[in-house]
Amino acid sequence: MTDTGIGASVRRVEDQRFITGRGHYVDDITLPGQCHAVFIRSDQAHAELKSINTVQAASAPGVIAVLTGAEVAADGVGGLPCGWGITSIDGNPMVEPAWPILAQDRVRFVGDAVAVVIAETRTQALDAAELVEVSYNPLPAIIATADAVKDGVPQVWPEAANNTCFHWAIGEKEPTDKAFAEAAHVTKLQIVNQRLIPNAMEPRSAIANFEAATGDLTLYCTCQAPHAMRLLLGAFVLQQPEHKFRVVSPDVGGGFGSKIYPYAEFAVLCWASKRIGRPIKWTAVRSESFMTDAHGRDHVSEAELAMDKDGKFLGLRVDTIANLGAYLSAFGPLIPTYLYATLFAGQYTTPAIYAEVKAVFTNTTPVDAYRGAGRPEATYLLERIIEKAAGELGMDPAELRRRNFIAPDAFPYQTPVALMYDSGDYGAALDKALDISDRQGFEARREASAKDGKLRGIGFSLPIEATGAAPSAIAGQLGARAGLYESATVRFNATGSVTVISGSHSHGQGHATTFAQLVSDHLGVPLENVDVVEGDTARSAFGMGTYGSRSLSVGGSAIVKAADKIIEKGKKIAAHLLEASVGDIEFAGGNFTVAGTDKTLNIAEVAFAAYVPHNYPLPTGDPSQDENALEPGLEEQAFFDPVNFNFPFGAYVCEVEIDPETGVVEVASFTAVDDVGRIINPMIVEGQIHGGVVQGIGQALLEGSVYDDSGQLLSGSFMDYTMPRADDMPNFKTGTNETPCPMNPLGVKGCGEIGTIGATPAVINAVLNALGSVGVTDFAMPATPQRVWQAIQSARAAAE
Amino acid sequence: MSVTVSMTLNGKQVSADVEPRTLLVQYIREHIGLTGTHVGCDTSQCGACVVHVGGKSVKSCTMLAVQAEGADVTTIEGLASNGELHPMQAAFRENHGLQCGFCTPGMIMSAIDLVSRNASPSDGDVREWLEGNLCRCTGYHNIVKSIRAGAEAMKG
Repeated sequence: MTDTGIGASVRRVEDQRFITGRGHYVDDITLPGQCHAVFIRSDQAHAELKSINTVQAASAPGVIAVLTGAEVAADGVGGLPCGWGITSIDGNPMVEPAWPILAQDRVRFVGDAVAVVIAETRTQALDAAELVEVSYNPLPAIIATADAVKDGVPQVWPEAANNTCFHWAIGEKEPTDKAFAEAAHVTKLQIVNQRLIPNAMEPRSAIANFEAATGDLTLYCTCQAPHAMRLLLGAFVLQQPEHKFRVVSPDVGGGFGSKIYPYAEFAVLCWASKRIGRPIKWTAVRSESFMTDAHGRDHVSEAELAMDKDGKFLGLRVDTIANLGAYLSAFGPLIPTYLYATLFAGQYTTPAIYAEVKAVFTNTTPVDAYRGAGRPEATYLLERIIEKAAGELGMDPAELRRRNFIAPDAFPYQTPVALMYDSGDYGAALDKALDISDRQGFEARREASAKDGKLRGIGFSLPIEATGAAPSAIAGQLGARAGLYESATVRFNATGSVTVISGSHSHGQGHATTFAQLVSDHLGVPLENVDVVEGDTARSAFGMGTYGSRSLSVGGSAIVKAADKIIEKGKKIAAHLLEASVGDIEFAGGNFTVAGTDKTLNIAEVAFAAYVPHNYPLPTGDPSQDENALEPGLEEQAFFDPVNFNFPFGAYVCEVEIDPETGVVEVASFTAVDDVGRIINPMIVEGQIHGGVVQGIGQALLEGSVYDDSGQLLSGSFMDYTMPRADDMPNFKTGTNETPCPMNPLGVKGCGEIGTIGATPAVINAVLNALGSVGVTDFAMPATPQRVWQAIQSARAAAE
Repeated sequence: MSVTVSMTLNGKQVSADVEPRTLLVQYIREHIGLTGTHVGCDTSQCGACVVHVGGKSVKSCTMLAVQAEGADVTTIEGLASNGELHPMQAAFRENHGLQCGFCTPGMIMSAIDLVSRNASPSDGDVREWLEGNLCRCTGYHNIVKSIRAGAEAMKG
């Protein structure tokens, strides 16, 4: 290992601009002639849109245009597309209502955009927005997830009976029912996974610029997947062909899923720029982010785990209602189905699993992928019910899990819920976590806490997840409406530096460093001579972007494949220059060498020869002499479409200390041991784990999106929605194992979401462990002081 | 109606005609064109917009530009001198105290003010001080590490 190669904690090359205030985010961009948009949004959760009076606003100072759904309809602009189709148990396709980019005759959630004001300055647009009069006829709204399927509740869409988008199942029902019939013990759990709001620190922002003279449309936007944005907006909404549509996603201040999707505002800006012939900018204020960024989670489930007398898992049955919100977000239907119920095997050999999911419409913000996306919901349910089972059986929760592990020699392992696990050593991760967390010392710490009047608890969680979306053929069979490969170009420049162009997108993940390490290591080029380009459809050939912890395993693999092609061509060039046969050329450490000799050429020399081909096997025009002829240049492109997902896993141990007098829960220690396959940059991986874990702890202790019964978003600002702050969190103990992934050339697995997936159940299991001593047996997240205190009071009252 | 607001920004005299309701952060970003100071919320909670006014950290979304008339204001762009990073900037890079970079300018500006008041902050001091700075990426662990390392380095 070199100090910049694979396995080195190289300090991030992108940091210089961020720490000096020279980052380049969308809102930092000002185009010549740029004007500003402000959206008028519904303050009703469900209402008929009676009229919009724009007369006064249109004549306010600086106003260029006020546009509504009527103009959208008149111009024939399409609705927002859904990228994934799900088929119900009865064979019917999911209900897929239209989602106009400005509301037409009805609004369906608070924040639904009804009009846009475009003015010379943002302040003028804001002032004029105050003058737009919208008249509504309010309708009763349906908000609560579990209520949506009940009789007689308000209906969001006429075509979706009982507010049901689809009713889907996975696994085999009969063998699962049989397992329950034969079980010695069954543990049951009702469980809620509350709605969360992603809250990347950078609000969504966009500038659309249509140039009538050329017909070119450019959209600068906060986006995790620029090519997918172009494809979906261009083909389905704007009818703007791809060769005349450029999407640029520069520095992006966090995504966590919320910046994958084509949003109404982006489409409106593109369409409006065409109408007025000027660039238009919009940046969300945080309250708009709360209302309109796709939300996450929001499941209500019942689960049952069947075991034999020794605690061997025999079967798992799950029934879930998943809230999709008012409209189908781009990947909304995928999250509570194939990203959720396929994870119910966990790290265990449970032979029979059956899950049903009803996905429902409600008058709330659309729900889509938020860090983990379905996998946290599955893991929370599974790891909670296992911990509960351990309590009922009087078994150590770590040992109950160990008893059910898939063995290290059982891979590839086919689960009963579709997935084929690639590789793993779950016992090794658990052992390391028990060691790092000093499990042995817990009782002593519990007693010490008790002496201080505190309740101490320990909780476990052993997450596994499917990352690296996706094998396109499998995804297509399951309902994907796009491919899920990644592309890369590796371009040697004439003087030996390398430009790597990837279809992935970094919004905090450090691709400029990790990808440069890959190329530096693979091609023997100094790290500082490698530049990584992302986030511009005009510069990278194609790509599906960054989500689902896919960038290294899919995008990184594409880079390595392109680099291999460079070596292949380089060998031919070197063979010519060194007057040897291609078969005798070896490549190592950046040098092409004739085997067994000291005749050698550095790859930079080969690149130079490729671009200044004075001594080069150029085609002569005589086919008989051109068998080994080469084109000039040293640039290669590769696409990588994985043969399978990859399956990172971990073992998490959390200890909490609860003050029973105040209900305050302190995370006393948190240990995360992760196995994400081969690690390229340990510093970056550890950072991903830290951040992921805090989002998981955030859900367990602090966060929750709250609507009132009328559909008003009560948790609509940072003053109402509790974000994890520094003093809510501990320092973490982390560890890694490296079980290589056999499914990609790098041996890597995803690391971006496992922390979030694993942390939440560990914390709540610890809270329940602590509260068990005062008689609390169940608890719904988030464990805020008030709720914990209330649970303690209720348990005490019940005991009296 | 507009007013002329002048101040010393990163050691240079600047002046712009702005509406009286213009916030300091708008003045800096939109009128002077320094975009390193960010806006992450509308309720003075996130701290992405922290700058120094008269050497003390201030959320520039919570102050009108006119209130900074004649003041000495420093933004993230004004920290490095002659191409050399401020020790706190270097500490954030060295300790992986940033990921997406959006909260980073506010974090660094806030951290420097902390160290000016408490030269050797503990983990707890740092965590408490960061009450007004949100980060969604790092989980704070490496930010705390960065600030403590930066504090040590600032002792020179």
